[in-house]
Amino acid sequence: MYKILKTRLLKKVMTRSLKPGQTSALESAGLELKKEIRRKFGRSLHIREVDTGSCGACESEIIAANNPIYDIQRFGINFVASPRHADALMVTGPLSKNMEIALKKTYEAMPEPKFVITVGDCALDGGLFKGSYYIDKKINEVVPVVLHIPGCPPSPSTIIQALLDFMKK
Amino acid sequence: MPGAELINIINKKLPDFKVVAVTRPYPDELVIQVKAEDFKKVCLAVHEHLSSSVMSFFAVDDRQQQGKFILYCYFINVPLHQWVAVRLDISPADPYFEAISKDIYSAHLFEREIWEMFGLEPKGNPDLRRLRLHDEVWPVGNYPLRKDFQTVTEGEKKDYKFTRVEGEGIFEVPVGPVHAGIIGPGHFRFSVAGEPIINLEARLGFTHRGVEKLFEGKSLPAGLQLAECISGESAFAHSLAFCQAAEKIAGITVDKKTAYWRSILLEVERMYNHVNDIGGIALDVGFSFPAALAAIIKESILQANEKLTGNRYLKGVNKLGGISLKMDQSRHEELTTSLGRIREDFAVLVNILEESVSFMDRVDGTGTLKKEIAEDLGVLGLAGRASGIPIDLRKIFPGVYQEAGIKIITAQTGDVLARLKVRIEEFAESGRLTAEFLSKISTAETTGSKSGPAVDGALGYSEGWRGPVLYWLKTGTEGLIERCKIVDPSFHNWPGLSYAVLGEIIPDFPLCNKSFDLSYSGSDL
Ligand code: SF4
Repeated sequence: MYKILKTRLLKKVMTRSLKPGQTSALESAGLELKKEIRRKFGRSLHIREVDTGSCGACESEIIAANNPIYDIQRFGINFVASPRHADALMVTGPLSKNMEIALKKTYEAMPEPKFVITVGDCALDGGLFKGSYYIDKKINEVVPVVLHIPGCPPSPSTIIQALLDFMKK
Repeated sequence: MPGAELINIINKKLPDFKVVAVTRPYPDELVIQVKAEDFKKVCLAVHEHLSSSVMSFFAVDDRQQQGKFILYCYFINVPLHQWVAVRLDISPADPYFEAISKDIYSAHLFEREIWEMFGLEPKGNPDLRRLRLHDEVWPVGNYPLRKDFQTVTEGEKKDYKFTRVEGEGIFEVPVGPVHAGIIGPGHFRFSVAGEPIINLEARLGFTHRGVEKLFEGKSLPAGLQLAECISGESAFAHSLAFCQAAEKIAGITVDKKTAYWRSILLEVERMYNHVNDIGGIALDVGFSFPAALAAIIKESILQANEKLTGNRYLKGVNKLGGISLKMDQSRHEELTTSLGRIREDFAVLVNILEESVSFMDRVDGTGTLKKEIAEDLGVLGLAGRASGIPIDLRKIFPGVYQEAGIKIITAQTGDVLARLKVRIEEFAESGRLTAEFLSKISTAETTGSKSGPAVDGALGYSEGWRGPVLYWLKTGTEGLIERCKIVDPSFHNWPGLSYAVLGEIIPDFPLCNKSFDLSYSGSDL
């Protein structure tokens, strides 16, 4: 317990200790985002993530957006365990044939209103995996996608910024 | 004759055996070609003599040039620092071979893979269910890795049959493919009697993207780019194994400086993933402070990666014959300082975990994978070492690791605690190694050598943070890739998880799973 307290005090609040320029940009982006989310969804935005064939790096960056340094939660964005609790579906990876039904079912399990966000180059059109015998549909041919966040993988700050720009529309 | 000693040993066991050909296409590879009737016996003899599980086992469709399929089954010869492949040519008229998996269990998944991808039947393997081409979406009779496969021809689709455990009071709990966390997809079918799990069947393949086919026809640089996207958190280990295979074919020996940098980055990749998993284990038992601290450490390593290479996941760094870094003094000093800070933070993290009695109690004795089972299954890498299997490619094929004197870390108990401890010690060892390499790098030589290109397929390999990553590569006359066989350690290790959870309760599954932290995409390809 003592160690935890000591580390906690020594480390201070990690969430701010990004590079100065980046921190302020990120913070202001995040605060605006929070306002937008409040306006559109009441208090917060709940996202369910589904991987339809990603290499894992896109997940890693989404998880990083939740770490104490980026802490996306402070802006009102939560990742939830069930599609029943979600406002948005975040999809990563090219669409493997094996995941098509699971993706549809996850989307159908979400309550209205709902929307879909794709993350990473693969999720747009298959990316490097385009043309494979096992990738024949794009995500947006199966569920309606309203926002795509490009990158391979997009960094945590890109993800947060993109969500903001989208909510402002 | 190359490998005469090994052939003699096989001959002692099998007096009638006549080898078709023995070649040594590269100094670290020995290929023994055998006749169909000898294949199983020779594999078994090699397996027993070398005490090696099957490291890779795959087919090549060479009907266009040579009118046949070729099978390669790779073992490892630890004392001789060599790979030993048993090769069998199969005529398209009789598309089958004698299964070896009844005697060598670690060949089992490979045989199923060869069957579903090439339609070459392993005769005698009782379980030929498909791994990746799910029966519900892929009609029977389509073998995508055959060269003449163009598009799917419609046919019968079936349902997948899970192993059923029957008896009074036994029920099944299906989980997935979509899980609660931000994680890859896989289906886990638990059979439980009361609380304890008595069987777990993992049905994977959900992230199958047909990558091995995608490599075919690509140039080597394009293949390298794809290799980095097979398993994202192992991007460097994959690109390194790919480069090694490609460099063997091209006859390139990289210079010392490149070798140092590659080893440094391989260790850095190990560090960020190990700390990530340590945090994950803490999180899965609800111990959030160390989990947050681990996330901060991981993030600082990723940021250091970005500063050094321009990419958080070390993509785009490996090049054929070298790496693309500005290797100037300032960068490497920067890395030295940030790694120093990271190692200090890590020590605090470990201390917090070790001092928490309830945490240590929770991981102690949970999810045990016994050594004998791990050996039979062919579990490798970190999970293998935690169960007492001291295999580490960095030791067997040391290169620059030789000078630094790498320490192989093993544990005997095979539980979550063992995997945690191996991670902790490996992190420390990686820290030491990077520091040592960084101190030598400024005086290292910058000239490599080049010999003539080779025609044979070559095996490239690296010891990634999960374990050995293998790429077998064959190029055609124009230098384009004809076949690329990838083995991520996850493919060997998933069955290990199914055994480790036996007798545990389902709520412990996430903890056991995290302690292995296997790749879905690396295994599903
Ligand atoms: S976009 Fe890149 S990082 Fe994301 S899943 Fe695809 S290959 Fe991986």
